[in-house]
Amino acid sequence: MTSEAVVHGVEWTVKELFVYPNEFIYWSIQIVMYPYMTGLVAGAFVLSSLYHVFGQKGLKEIAQFSLVFSLALLPAAGLPLLLHLQQPTRAMEPLLTPHFTSAISAFGIVFTTYGLIVVSEIWFVYRRFFVEQVHALKGKEGFGNMLRLNVYRALTMGAFDISDEALKVDHKAAKILAGVGIPVACFLHGYAGFIFGSVKANALWMSPLMPVIFIMSAVVSGIALCMLTYIVIMEWKAFRLRRTVSVTAATEIKGAESDIINTATRYLLGFLVAAISLEILDLIFRGYTAMKSWDILRSVMYGKDFVNIFVLQYTLGNLVPFVLLLLPGRTMKRTVVALILVLFGVFMMRWNVVIGGQAFSLSFSGYMHYHLPIIPHSLETFKEGLFGALSVAATPFVLFWIINKFVPSLERGEEAKY
Amino acid sequence: MKWHVLRPLWLAIGLVVVILIARQFMVPDDFGVHGDSFTYNFYRQSNVQEWKEFPVKHLGHESCVECHEEKVTMLSASPHAAIECENCHGPAAGHPDEIEFLPIERSREHCLRCHEALEYPHNARSELPNIRNRTHKRRRECVTCHVPHDPREKPE
Amino acid sequence: MSCSRRDFLKQACGGTLASVLPVSAFTFLSNEEARAAVENANVRWAFLVDTTKCVGCGLCVKACKNENEIPYDAPVTRTWVERYVITKDGQAHIDSPMGGRDGFTENVINGEEIDPENIDKAFFVPKLCNQCDNPPCVQVCPVGATYQTDDGVVLVDRSWCIGCGYCIMACPYGVRFFHPVHKVADKCNFCYHRITKGMNPACVDSCAFDARRIANLRDPDDPVTKIITTERVAVLKDEYGTKPHVFYIGLDENVR
Repeated sequence: MTSEAVVHGVEWTVKELFVYPNEFIYWSIQIVMYPYMTGLVAGAFVLSSLYHVFGQKGLKEIAQFSLVFSLALLPAAGLPLLLHLQQPTRAMEPLLTPHFTSAISAFGIVFTTYGLIVVSEIWFVYRRFFVEQVHALKGKEGFGNMLRLNVYRALTMGAFDISDEALKVDHKAAKILAGVGIPVACFLHGYAGFIFGSVKANALWMSPLMPVIFIMSAVVSGIALCMLTYIVIMEWKAFRLRRTVSVTAATEIKGAESDIINTATRYLLGFLVAAISLEILDLIFRGYTAMKSWDILRSVMYGKDFVNIFVLQYTLGNLVPFVLLLLPGRTMKRTVVALILVLFGVFMMRWNVVIGGQAFSLSFSGYMHYHLPIIPHSLETFKEGLFGALSVAATPFVLFWIINKFVPSLERGEEAKY
Repeated sequence: MKWHVLRPLWLAIGLVVVILIARQFMVPDDFGVHGDSFTYNFYRQSNVQEWKEFPVKHLGHESCVECHEEKVTMLSASPHAAIECENCHGPAAGHPDEIEFLPIERSREHCLRCHEALEYPHNARSELPNIRNRTHKRRRECVTCHVPHDPREKPE
Repeated sequence: MSCSRRDFLKQACGGTLASVLPVSAFTFLSNEEARAAVENANVRWAFLVDTTKCVGCGLCVKACKNENEIPYDAPVTRTWVERYVITKDGQAHIDSPMGGRDGFTENVINGEEIDPENIDKAFFVPKLCNQCDNPPCVQVCPVGATYQTDDGVVLVDRSWCIGCGYCIMACPYGVRFFHPVHKVADKCNFCYHRITKGMNPACVDSCAFDARRIANLRDPDDPVTKIITTERVAVLKDEYGTKPHVFYIGLDENVR
C-alpha cells in the first residue's frame, strides 16, 4: 500500500455529479470531535461556576467534580487537533507565530489561558487539602508515600499558610477565577463556532449565529456529561455502600444526588431551549432568503441528510430528551436516558455542521459522501477513523482517573476535601 | 496581604516567558510583516527566494532547435506549429545530459485529446480535423498513417 | 502581617521584570526595515483565460503536473479544465475527469452518454488559482504559512504549514489541496519560479490555442493587460469580495 502519496481525504470521500477536482472531505471525524470536546470543557466549567459564582448551593458537589473533570477534558480536547494535523510536529506554531486574523490562531492563547484558569482555580480550592496531605505524609515510609509526598509538596507551590485568613483569600480568588473563567470558557468554544461561521466559502457554515449556537449547545453537552458521569459514580458508590455498610447510608447518597440532579436539569433545559431556538432560526432564515446556495442546501438537508438532521439530531437528540426531562415523575433511570440522548444530539449537531458542510460541492452541482473509516489499514485511517475518535472519547476518563487520585473531587459532606 | 495568592500568576507569567524564549530559537529571524498588511503579508521572507529557485522543467522549443533544427523547422511550417515540442515529448530539463532520450508519445489517446470528434456546436474544437475513435482504424497507432511533425505529410 | 520587606521586594522585582518581557513579543509584528521587495511594486500578475478558444485537450494540466511535481496519478491538480455541456432540456452536464489531465475523449458525462443532437452549447473552462487581492485563504492561515507577495502571487511556505486545512476550506474556488507527498497545503502559484525569470507559466506555454495568457497589470504596454482593461471580461464568484485576478473571456452563466 502506497501510504506515502495518498491524497488526504480520498479514502473516505465518494463524489457524486460535479465536484471540483481538489475537493475532498478534508475536515472529517477529528474535526467533529474537536468542537464536541471543547464544548464539554466549556459546559463543565460553566456548571462548576454556577456554584462558585452564582452561589447555587445545591450544586456544590457536582460543581467540584465538574471543575476537575473540566481539567481532564482539556488535553483530551487538544488531541483531535494533533491527530488531524498533516504536520503535527509543528503544532506549537500557533503559539509562536499566531496570525491573529485567523480564528484558529486563537486556539493556542485561549487554550493556554483557560488551562491556567482551571488549574489555578483548582489550586485555590484544594490548597488546604494539599498542605494537609504534606503534613500527613511526612515521615511515612515507603516509595509510594514518598512519591505522593513530593507530588503534594510540588502542588502546594510552597504556600503552607492555611489559617482562616489565608483560606478566605483562597476562596475569594477561586470565586474571581470562576467568574473570569466563564467568558473565557465561552470564548474557548465560541471561537470554534467562529471558525466555521466566518468561512464565507461554505454556504452551510457561513452565519453570524454559528458562534452562539456552538456555545449554547456546548454548555448543554457539558452539563449533560457532568450530570451523567456524576450519576454513574454516585450510583456506584450507593451500590457499594448498600452492600458493605448500610442501606440508610446508600439512601442518603441517593437523596442528595437527586436534589443536585434536579437543579442541574433546570439549567440544562434552559440552555437546550436556547440552542434549539437558534438552530431553527438559522434554518428558517436560510429557507426564507433562498440565496444561490439554497437549492443544494435544501437537497442535502431535506434529502440525503434528512435522517441525520431531523430524526437523529432534532428529534432523538433534542425533542425526546426535552420531553423525558419535563414529564412528571422523573426517575433517575429516565434522566440517564435523556442525558445520553442529549449528548448524542449535540454530537450529531457537530457532525451535521462539519460533515454536512462538506456534503455538497463548492460548485453547488455535486455531492460528497463521507464514509467513516472503521477498520484502520494505515496511520491515516486510524487517526481519522472510528478508533481515533474512540481514543479521543476515552482519554478524558483516563485522565480524570489519574488526576482524581491527587485531587479527589467525589467525596461529600465532611469527607469533602475542599 | 496574603502573597501566596499570586503564585498561580507567577506560574502563568513563567509559562509566557518560556514561550517567548522558545520563539527566539524556533522562529526564523526573517519572519514578520513584509508588506502593507498583517492580514496578507505575514510570512518568512526567505521563502520567496526558495520558490524562485524551484527547478524549471519545461524549456520551450527554443532549447530544442540547437540539436533538432530540422524537426522544429518542419513543425513550425505545419498546421501543428502552435504545439510545443514538450507537449508530446515531456519536459526537456536534463536532456540530453542526464536524460538521453525523451519519451515519444505515440498513443492514440494523446492525439484524441484534440482530434476526437465531440461535435460541440460553436466550439473551437469542432473546427479541428477530427475522427470518431470508435470507428476510425481501431487498434492502430495514429502515427502509422500520420506524421505528427507535419500532418500534411505521409510517413515513409 | 506576615509579609516581610524582602518578600515584597522580591515580588515587586519579579513582577516588573515579568511585565517587561511580554513587550518583546510585539517585535514580530513590526515591519521589516529592509523592504527588499520594492522592485516588485511595478508588477501585479494577472491571468486571462479565453474559453472560446479552449478545446479541452488537457495538455495544460499535464504540463502543470510535470512542471510543479504534483504526482501524476494523484487526483489533485494545481490547474484543471471543466467541461460544460448544456442540453436542450436546460440541464447542465459538467465534468472534469482527473482535472482534464487526459483531455476529453468521450461524450459520456457522469456516466451518461450525451447525444450531440441534444446539445445547445458546450464549452471548456480552464481554472486555476485566482491570486486574489483579498485572499480569504491567507486571512485564515493560523501561522502565517501562506501569504501574498508584492507582485500579487499567493505562496505557501512548505516548511511552516501545519496542515490544518483551513485555507483549503476558505477558498471559494476549490483551488487548494494537500500535497500528497509534502503533506502541506499546495496550489497554483502562476509558476512563480518561471514568471520571475521572464518565462511563461507551463500551462500558458503548453496551450496551442492561446486560451491561457499571463499579464502584468502594472505594465500598460502588456498586450494582455490591454485586453483585460479594454475588452469585456469577467471573473468567477465576485460576490465573495475576493477580487480575483484571473479574467475570463466568454464566461457563460452556467459556469460554477
